[in-house]
Amino acid sequence: MSTTESPASGVGPVEGAPVYTVDNPAPVIEAPRKRTKKTPKSTRGNFEMAAWLFMRLSGIVLVVLVLGHLLIQLFLDGGVSKIGFAFVAGRWASPFWQVWDLVMLWLAMLHGSNGLRTIINDYAERPASRMWLKALLYTATVFTILLGTLVIFTFDPNIR
Amino acid sequence: MPAGTLYRGREGMWSWVAHRVTGVLIFFFLFVHVLDTALVRVSPEDYDKVVATYKTPIVALLEYGLVAAILFHALNGLRVIAVDFWSKGPRYQKQMFWVVGVVWVVLMLGSVYSVLGHAFRVLVGS
Repeated sequence: MSTTESPASGVGPVEGAPVYTVDNPAPVIEAPRKRTKKTPKSTRGNFEMAAWLFMRLSGIVLVVLVLGHLLIQLFLDGGVSKIGFAFVAGRWASPFWQVWDLVMLWLAMLHGSNGLRTIINDYAERPASRMWLKALLYTATVFTILLGTLVIFTFDPNIR
Repeated sequence: MPAGTLYRGREGMWSWVAHRVTGVLIFFFLFVHVLDTALVRVSPEDYDKVVATYKTPIVALLEYGLVAAILFHALNGLRVIAVDFWSKGPRYQKQMFWVVGVVWVVLMLGSVYSVLGHAFRVLVGS
C-alpha cells in the first residue's frame, strides 16, 4: 500500500489542494467482496437459481397444457364419462396430442419433483431423513417420467 | 386479549400455505394418473375397468377437488410470477390474492355442471 500523503506539499489532506494528482494517483481499493485470484473457487453453481427460474417458466407453460388437458378430459363432450381406451387411441393417433402429453408429463413431473424437493429441504431436518426422502422422490420421478414416455411412444391402438 | 405469539401472516402467508398443499396433492395425483394411464399398454379392458372408477360419484367429487387444487395452484402461480417479475407486483400482492380468489370461485361455480353433472345423473338414476 502506498501512503495517502502527498510528499511534496506540506498541506494536510483536508484543507489544502487535492492530495492526489495524475502523477500521484490515489491507491486503488478493491471492492469488499470482489472475486480475485485469491478467492477460493465457489463450490456451488447456480443450480438453485436455475431451479427457481424453471419453476416460473414451466409454470406458465403448464397453465396452458394442464388447463387444456382438464378442459378436454373433464369438461367437453360429456366430461369424464367419454374417457376410455378408444378415446385415448383417438387422441394419440395425432402427433400433436402425443407431443402435448409428452411435454406436459416431463414439465409437470420436473415441476412437481422440484416442489417436493423444496418441501423436503424445509421440513426434514435430520441429514439421513433428507437423503432418504430425496432418494425416494428422485426414484419415483425418474420411474414415472420413463414409464409415461415409454407408454406414449409405444402406444399400440391394435393391442388386442 | 394479549397478542398471540404464533406468526400469522395474512394473504401472503396463507397463499403460500395453500400453494404448497395444493402442489403436493397434485403431484401425488399425477403419479397415480401416469400409472393408471400406463394400463393402455396392458390391455384395453384393464384400462377401461380402472377408468370406470373415475366415473363413480365419489371419485367425481375428488375430481372436483382436483380441479379446485389445480385452478388455485395455476392462478396463484401466475400471481407469484407477477410478484417476482412485475415491478409493482410486491406492492399489489394482496390485491392480486383477492383477484385469484374471486376468479377461482367463479371458475369453480362454472365447473359444477361439467364435472359433477355426470355423477348427479348417476345418483338420480337418469
